[in-house]
Amino acid sequence: MSAHSLFGGSARLASPRGRGLRVTATAVLLLIGIAFVLPLAWLVLASLDDAATLSVRLPRVWTADNFTEILTPEQTFRPLWNSFVISLGTAVLTIVVSLLAAYPLSRYSIRFNKGLMYTVLFGTCLPVTAMMVPVYSLFVSFKLLDSLAGTIVFMASTSLPMAIWMMKNFMDSVPVSLEEASWVDGASSMTALWRVVVPLMRPGIAVVFIFVFTGAWGNFFVPFILLFSSENQPAAVAIYNFFGLNGAIAYGKLAAFSILYSLPAVLLYVITQMRSGNSFAMAGAVKG
Amino acid sequence: MHQSPACGVPTAGGASRRRHTGRALRRELPLLPAVLMLLAFMAGPIAYAFYGAFTNRTMSGYKAVNPDFIGVDNYVSLFSDPDFYTSVLLTLAFLLGSAIIGQNVLGMLVAVLMRHTPRSVSSAVGACIVGAWVMPEIVAAFACYAFFHTEGTLNTVLDAIGLDGPAWLVTFPMLSVILANIWRGTAFSMMNYNAALAEIPPEIKESAQIDGAGALQSFFRISLPIIRRTIATNLMLTTLQTLGVFTLIFVMTGGGPGTRSSILPVLAYQEAFKFSQIGYGSAIATVTLVIGAVFSLVYTRVLRPEVE
Repeated sequence: MSAHSLFGGSARLASPRGRGLRVTATAVLLLIGIAFVLPLAWLVLASLDDAATLSVRLPRVWTADNFTEILTPEQTFRPLWNSFVISLGTAVLTIVVSLLAAYPLSRYSIRFNKGLMYTVLFGTCLPVTAMMVPVYSLFVSFKLLDSLAGTIVFMASTSLPMAIWMMKNFMDSVPVSLEEASWVDGASSMTALWRVVVPLMRPGIAVVFIFVFTGAWGNFFVPFILLFSSENQPAAVAIYNFFGLNGAIAYGKLAAFSILYSLPAVLLYVITQMRSGNSFAMAGAVKG
Repeated sequence: MHQSPACGVPTAGGASRRRHTGRALRRELPLLPAVLMLLAFMAGPIAYAFYGAFTNRTMSGYKAVNPDFIGVDNYVSLFSDPDFYTSVLLTLAFLLGSAIIGQNVLGMLVAVLMRHTPRSVSSAVGACIVGAWVMPEIVAAFACYAFFHTEGTLNTVLDAIGLDGPAWLVTFPMLSVILANIWRGTAFSMMNYNAALAEIPPEIKESAQIDGAGALQSFFRISLPIIRRTIATNLMLTTLQTLGVFTLIFVMTGGGPGTRSSILPVLAYQEAFKFSQIGYGSAIATVTLVIGAVFSLVYTRVLRPEVE
């Protein structure tokens, strides 16, 4: 997609083989695009259909009723608020703890730190879903089941390895010389962290925040296992109950709710893309 | 690694060594909250899984509070349970089909095609693929459920071209969830491969073209070898992400019909929460964790230069 490949491609366009390649490539890519867009198109079209089915189709009667009917406190606002509280709590806790942890990891080369970085890298890979059975038992023992705070601390802990890894990488790119100046002025390392390092790595912190927030926002399995009273359940779990418990499923409302619930995650993603100017910043950050 | 002043400088005398140790400890103090949280909520459940696997803990009732220690009984029944072996095979099929082949090959194909198509087309298609990826997982699962349902979009499309589609989720549950996971996860590989391909110096490809290399030849002989490290990393990451997939399968098929699409995390859930055998579910969880740990160790080794 770089400017070069476009121009480089045009040199070959002169030859019939080059043009054939370009036409074939476009056709195949369009087919793949159609296959990918169909399930998403269903969501959008069903949400605007007064008699939505499971198949994609143009609504016979276009309506916004699906949206207006679900905009009630217990159906939408409460679960979305819970999602917001859980995601914000998880993100803030993760940011504070991972910033603190990243500082000694980035600044002092002590053997213990290297071991910890390996452990952290190892932890980023473990499938958390495989742990949910023992986590449930652990939460029973700690009497933390159905507690928002317990769920937040658990979700923050599972996002810590990735957050520490990303934070340390961002912090490594802040030159130590700037802190040394403040050390000379008599500031402690924590003062240097808050006054000098944190302001300089604000964009990095924003990336980690959005990464953790959207991760928590989209998580279904963890709150599904750990929270069971409806006043605590986030949107992901509420939508599942709504989908499973209603005998005759109202697909239109399901789609409408899905869209409302997906919007914040999609918007945050778009904002990151626009800010970074590099469409692959997130993936790069994930790679470490 | 940054050099810190005075760190590691040998000091003489007991008092200054004590001061040195004291300062080192104080410097490491900010790590404490992270270490405590990781110990309690990451290492804790893992240790608990291995402990729970040796008990007959149940979901509710007397054995929920006072489980007996039953030794390796859970593993004995696990390793003599045909469902377990089926589940291991299904997990391998899921990893191979949806991550290793599906997401990586399709992601690479899309990344390559995008370099030969007009920008408007590649941006639009890229947005659709990323759209499937940024959705919350439960929404993606609903969208796939609707797509593969007997009365869903897929069969409507097949109907339109004169084919009679089967009940995908019942007749071909594994194929459906594999395709769904390809749909869900390809964006990640596409973005990684796109970034890697963009970094290949154009001169190399130009000189290959001048030497008469075709598009295929230059892809297999030049691009692939150059980005092999990205490929290795991406293969590992997609495999690990796929090993943790639960919601997609849980919503689409519930692991069924029967256990015909129960990969290990789904089987652990079914045993623990549907059949109330927490101990047995923990035993399955430990097997999954060991598989994940093996992949993670390989991954950590590949990334070693970045820690050093």
